[in-house]
Amino acid sequence: MREQLVNDLRVAYARLWVRVKGSNQEPEWIIAEMVIPLLTLSAYVYMYKALQAPAEFTGFVILGGTMIAFWVNVLWNMSAQFYWEKETGNLEIYLVAPISRMAILLGMALGGIVNTTFRAATILILGTILFQVPFLVHEPLTALLMFFLTIIALYALGMLFASLFMLYGREAWHTANLMQEPVYFLSGSYFPTRYLPFAIQLLASLIPLTLGLDAMRRVIMEGQGIGDIWIDAVALVASILILLPLAKFALDYMENLSKKEGRLTLRWQ
Amino acid sequence: MFKSKNETVKALDGVSVSIGEQEIFGLLGPNGAGKTTCIKILTTLLLPTSGEAYVGGFSVTKEPNKVRKIISLVSGGETPGYGILSVRENLWFFSQLYGMSSSAAKEKIKHLMADLNFEEYANTRMAKLSTGYKQRLNLARGLLNDPKILFLDEPTLGLDVLTSKKLRSYIVDWAKREKKGTVLLTTHYMAEADEMCDRVAIIDRGKILACDSPHTLKEKLKENVIMKVDVSSVQADFDFMEKMFGVVGYSETRSIQTDTTELKVIVNTESVFSNILSELEKQKLKILSINKAEPTLEDVYVSLVGRGFEKSMESSGDA
Repeated sequence: MREQLVNDLRVAYARLWVRVKGSNQEPEWIIAEMVIPLLTLSAYVYMYKALQAPAEFTGFVILGGTMIAFWVNVLWNMSAQFYWEKETGNLEIYLVAPISRMAILLGMALGGIVNTTFRAATILILGTILFQVPFLVHEPLTALLMFFLTIIALYALGMLFASLFMLYGREAWHTANLMQEPVYFLSGSYFPTRYLPFAIQLLASLIPLTLGLDAMRRVIMEGQGIGDIWIDAVALVASILILLPLAKFALDYMENLSKKEGRLTLRWQ
Repeated sequence: MFKSKNETVKALDGVSVSIGEQEIFGLLGPNGAGKTTCIKILTTLLLPTSGEAYVGGFSVTKEPNKVRKIISLVSGGETPGYGILSVRENLWFFSQLYGMSSSAAKEKIKHLMADLNFEEYANTRMAKLSTGYKQRLNLARGLLNDPKILFLDEPTLGLDVLTSKKLRSYIVDWAKREKKGTVLLTTHYMAEADEMCDRVAIIDRGKILACDSPHTLKEKLKENVIMKVDVSSVQADFDFMEKMFGVVGYSETRSIQTDTTELKVIVNTESVFSNILSELEKQKLKILSINKAEPTLEDVYVSLVGRGFEKSMESSGDA
């Protein structure tokens, strides 16, 4: 039991290391990943300025842009990862090895978090300096707590998607595409979701990013504390508690199903 | 069994073999014969619809994790790993899948790279390696965990003659001289099976047709006569032999460059062969050469199936 746990942690660390090392080998990738999101943010900031929107909207955009970097990472580098691993022949090697598949997913998630935190922090700092975002933080620890809860819930969702995508071929790519823009919109990355109709707000609250982003904005920009956002925190914890076991179940189910159907290592289906 | 376009395909049908410790066992057959399916079941990548399979005494369906601890799989034509990482980094990563400590892994990696002669590429990115070196890396990866049973699926696929030879001799050394483990090899290269294997099973359309040492299989053919004929056209039609009495089987290799066809025929008696020659003459084909041939494993396959690998692959719709 202990030996298996140590081995699984070793695997998770190795997969994390591969992700961090691999993603930072090419300096131009890092620059592109930091500069391009800043351009998108600038477009929104200048649009709000042109419309003479309140200054808090600039903060909304910067914080939203920072967090959306995690969503992009979850969608493209986490959810679709098993698909790519299958294409390169790595999935076969993982599945023949005596390891927990969740350890691989955990390593991928942690690697993604490390990489994206670095990029997101740069976007946040540069955006704040460039556009002089007014922050009002009374409880930094609450802000950090909400950040980590949001990230864990997001990556738990990514682990679930990765499991579901394992069985699929090119469809995984299209599904990821299909989910990108609606989440940009529903999570209120660039505008306050309170302007959306109630039914859509309710639907949007199922996405961990929406809950987390809303709570973080209130803590960071409006000076609210844990007493004001505890419901969001509980909802995020509940998401994590549901999504992680669901990801494990989906992974086992999909692995078994694809082994029965002989689709586990088929390429370009 | 698996479903394809609304029809059920039997990939393996009543296969039953037992492989001894430190044996090099070959599964020989054309593409689509069921070799890879067999390996995938034994390496826990596929679940059989019926029947049982044991690896190292463990059931592949009931104790897959125990099986995974003692095996390794190396597939030819595959380059698992991350192109952006170096050879050493890739090997370190794969060593972690088997719970090796970093220091033990580093030592093992050093030895394997030296044994397989690619130390000078240790710090080269995998993406920059040639096909041959990628396959050395792939084999080194497969040996990292000192597997008791090594599965090799077409290990020399796409490699040049020299690299293939080096890898084959390394694998034989690993299993035989160093007595490190058992090897189950699939290949459609006859010479490879002949050179490496203690025993081979000839498989076609999911069924094992014969299983013995290459020597014994070839010996059994000696009661027949094997003739090799070169004829002057790629258009030659040999279908008449399918119904000809006394013809055990035949294979053909057509060369568009030289506009010739090499025909290999296995017949009961030499007199049957003279009937074949007169049929070829009727087609106005020029006979370029006629030679008696020693039996090979391909001839064993032809004698069992009645046709060569090329025709088998065509009829199974495989490229």
